Amino acid sequence: MTVEIPEDLRYTEDHEWLRLEGEEGIVGITAYAAGELGDVVFVELPAVGTALEKSQSFGVIESVKTASDLYSPLAGEVVAVNERLAEHPELVNDDPYGEGWMVRLKLADPSAVDDLQAAADYSRLVEAG
Amino acid sequence: MAYSPHTPADRGRMREALGIDTVDALFDDIPARVRANGLDLPEPLSELEVARQLQGLAERNRTGVTSFLGAGAYRHHIPAAVDAVLSRGEFYTAYTPYQPEISQGTLQTIYEFQSLIAELTGLDVVSASHYDGAAAMAEAALMTVRATRRNRVLASRAIHRHFLDTARTYFAGGEMTLEELPTAADGTTDLGALERELASSDEPVAGVLMGQPNAFGLLEPMAEAARQAHDAGALFVAVVEPVSLAVLAPPAEYGADICVGEGQPLGIGLQYGGPYLGLLAARPDLVRQVPGRLVGRTTDVEGRRAYVMTLRAREQDIRRDKAASNICTNQALCALAATVYLATLGPHGLRDVAALGAARARELEQALAAIGVERVHSMAYLNEFAIRVPDAQAVHARLLERGVLAGLPLARWYPEDEQLRDALLVCATEVTSAVDIGHFAEALREELP
Amino acid sequence: MTAVGPAAARPGDPAAEEVGEPGAVAKGAEQDVWAALGRRYAVGPSLQPTLDELSRPGRSSHKVPHAPPDALAGVPAEHRRREPLALPELSEPDVIRHFVNLSQLNYSVDGGFYPLGSCTMKFNPKVNEWAARLPGFAALHPLAPDALAQGTLELMWELERWLAEISGMAAVTLQPAAGAHGELTGILMIRAYHHARGDTDRREVIVPDTSHGTNPATASMAGFRTVTVRSAADGGVDLEALKAALGPRTAAVMLTNPSTLGLFETRIEGLLDAVHEAGALAYMDGANMNAVLGKFRPGQAGFDVMHFNTHKTFSTPHGGGGPGAGPVAVGPALVPFLPGPRVVREEDRSLRLERPGERPHSIGRVRSYQGSVGVLVRAYAYLLAHGGSGLVQVSEDAVLAANYLRRRVGEAYELPYEQACKHEFVASARQLKARSGVRMLDVAKRLIDKGFHPPTIYFPLIVDEGMLVEPTETEPLETLDAFAEALLEIAAEAEADPELLRQAPHEAPVRRLDEATAARQPDLRWRPMTGAQTPCPD
Repeated sequence: MTVEIPEDLRYTEDHEWLRLEGEEGIVGITAYAAGELGDVVFVELPAVGTALEKSQSFGVIESVKTASDLYSPLAGEVVAVNERLAEHPELVNDDPYGEGWMVRLKLADPSAVDDLQAAADYSRLVEAG
Repeated sequence: MAYSPHTPADRGRMREALGIDTVDALFDDIPARVRANGLDLPEPLSELEVARQLQGLAERNRTGVTSFLGAGAYRHHIPAAVDAVLSRGEFYTAYTPYQPEISQGTLQTIYEFQSLIAELTGLDVVSASHYDGAAAMAEAALMTVRATRRNRVLASRAIHRHFLDTARTYFAGGEMTLEELPTAADGTTDLGALERELASSDEPVAGVLMGQPNAFGLLEPMAEAARQAHDAGALFVAVVEPVSLAVLAPPAEYGADICVGEGQPLGIGLQYGGPYLGLLAARPDLVRQVPGRLVGRTTDVEGRRAYVMTLRAREQDIRRDKAASNICTNQALCALAATVYLATLGPHGLRDVAALGAARARELEQALAAIGVERVHSMAYLNEFAIRVPDAQAVHARLLERGVLAGLPLARWYPEDEQLRDALLVCATEVTSAVDIGHFAEALREELP
Repeated sequence: MTAVGPAAARPGDPAAEEVGEPGAVAKGAEQDVWAALGRRYAVGPSLQPTLDELSRPGRSSHKVPHAPPDALAGVPAEHRRREPLALPELSEPDVIRHFVNLSQLNYSVDGGFYPLGSCTMKFNPKVNEWAARLPGFAALHPLAPDALAQGTLELMWELERWLAEISGMAAVTLQPAAGAHGELTGILMIRAYHHARGDTDRREVIVPDTSHGTNPATASMAGFRTVTVRSAADGGVDLEALKAALGPRTAAVMLTNPSTLGLFETRIEGLLDAVHEAGALAYMDGANMNAVLGKFRPGQAGFDVMHFNTHKTFSTPHGGGGPGAGPVAVGPALVPFLPGPRVVREEDRSLRLERPGERPHSIGRVRSYQGSVGVLVRAYAYLLAHGGSGLVQVSEDAVLAANYLRRRVGEAYELPYEQACKHEFVASARQLKARSGVRMLDVAKRLIDKGFHPPTIYFPLIVDEGMLVEPTETEPLETLDAFAEALLEIAAEAEADPELLRQAPHEAPVRRLDEATAARQPDLRWRPMTGAQTPCPD
């Protein structure tokens, strides 16, 4: 089974991805994670303005049978959340790297993105698990 | 052997398949020092002997007294249809409906229960049940803390004493506090005190809890209290008696965010305290904070309407240490009793039950006034009120010897309250007869100085 | 997402002609359902309208007399309902037929085998039902003076003695309404115990990774942080991992024995020693007591507190989800903290409830009244029927049947643990999934077509594609054999025709449900009824 893992993103061990846009990072969960969860029914997101540390939980994603915490890949402040997920949680399954994005962070240290996994490393993680 | 079908031949076959001589081999892994050698308990009994023993115990209870005791558990006529349905093995020996394809009976009745309680309360999200009214109230208090992220809960002292005690026990485990609001001299909650507590800004309030009717049987100014709570950003929790909702304003109408109560009056026998039925209903936007099971309607792959437990991620088996509550086994069969009760009585029947209780209570009040026994309070009540009787506890005991259970001496619940020292809390329901009332008044008249 | 009512229009409404909204059934299918539902009452399993759909204006049953017109004269208008109460209007025949037909859609113990691991779905004896309905028990008010309640108080007193003997503990409370309620009671007592000794820093509760979800949920409710320790390869708690997690912040360790894998904790002595050396207390989740009655007494072995599930071990019926009861037994150290009021025996042999303040260290009440007495009457009747020797036989038969079934199921499914099981065992479909793509979920759904309720699946969490099977002692051998054969057939079907399993069940009243929509667009109540259709007689 091939799981999509875009080259231009960075990844965490907890199956989040981050897309760097200048000083900001957009965060979501990977196609692999969405597949493991099954049909997503609800995503609990933080309030705009919330300050997050690296690896701090920022919300919860629920499917029919499970619930998982969401962890921030890097430290930053939440400047936007994807409000469409409230009415359309299935976007996380259908388009995890696009319309299924979750939060946009103003990063405390954009250069720290290099500490995150590249696509190739994450790909090995997925194959091992 | 009481209920096992296994014969010695069956056991032999199973042992043979396992290659063991005795069943002891299967218990060999229990370390010797912790192994028990049987139980020091009586010998087995036949069904005849079991029945005889239980009959004997049941007969040692005295349930034939003329009772005016309510105080949170009420005698009502339970239509025979309720037990006819509850006795069906398909309902009472079914498991929790985790496999919805073969549990549609249970699931649909829970959906109907949720809908009926939603009609009664006006609050659309109804939990499939809690252990009893006290546990439901404790859970609701915890809900207000979760939903507002504040730690302070205010509850009127005129809520059932045991509900308050239970909530205190539940609150012992955390950072939350539960404070009692005083009552005014008229027996209703002191709204001035509520206002003062809500105004103190260093400890914002998560929830305000009040009973309707309250523990003295009196009707409270719920709308005003709800308004005050909301102005301070707190949630308002109504603690209600469900039969009264046939005639009293539903909690949603006066601004309750959450409503809880004891569902025992809805077709469940007194049973010395349980199993009962904890009711909990909430506004739809609080659904993710609601503890307990929820059943939803959906469709199957062939488009049939079907029911399933839903929003399960709130529950303990999925959320574990982050679950809204640890509740697993609930009071499902008691909820079924309530469903059959409400279906059988219908809107007019339930209204008659509530209104007859009110009518009998007024007759009781008049009969007692005629012998010089007055109410403690003067505010309006539905079917329960407190009377003042000198030396109440002693009179209560003597009335019991005459076969009258004259309610509850309130000094038991409020030992420091001068006003209630000589108070008896009495109630009437649709099963209270004019003969009962006459008997009570006559006996009391003879016991008074 | 705020809507909790039906998105689809009710059949017969003009709006039923509209194109379906999200979650609505396709128009044609809904009308087919309505045709099947509304035109006749079918005998046998059939879908039913809801009570509001059966309602007809003017239908009623005369259950109580009519109230006089001025009945509510004393209730001020501001407290009265403005809109009349809207509930379904039905006659008694409607009601009975509705619920009887719904009952036919249910699987139940009275009707079939439920090999649900961790649930102990044994037969529910009928004399217990008779006993609980005796008017002397059923009509007794919870606040009745003690003199009126001597029968029930005697039953409670005796039941406490029996449970103390079975558990090897000093005393028992009958208050908790369920196992989870008992867990909360026990953990709150442990908290009170530590606080009474001035030890307020113990904020953690340790549970194994195989624990039932109620254990960590209970710890959280009681204000503790949960620390999870892994199991060893043999399925038991890893003693070294436990020792590493134990410390001055540990209040309690919650263990299940036999474990949720159905295996006896052979290192139990070492585990309990480690717990006590760290100054913590040991809680036992008694869900699996059906395996060890008379063979292992937790109090005697060193546990400080445990709960029973009467709806598991002692046959009280599951009722579609409850009610049960969760009595808690404690060793001497925790007796002062038991919830109150307890039953007390006076010198003249009469019984009474404790008075407020009589036992100052009690944690207080955990519910409105003394216990789910109706359930406890059933449990007591069960114990009387079995006696001590009968209870030992129960465990021996339960364990023998489980091992027998395990051997048979092992012919086609992986058995992850070699140790002989107790009353339940785990099997895995991991290899089956690798060979055929079929998952344990599909095996479970196919069992429904074979006439069986599926076992517990995906619990405990540490078993991949796992099922937990518990036959209990009340199933005849032929049922055990039939169940094993059904599982073997399914394993063969998985290889030959995996799609058949993935689409299962085929034979149930409804097939696989759209649970995603149920969670995304919750429909938790019927559309609000808009007022009674007929005026009140007065």
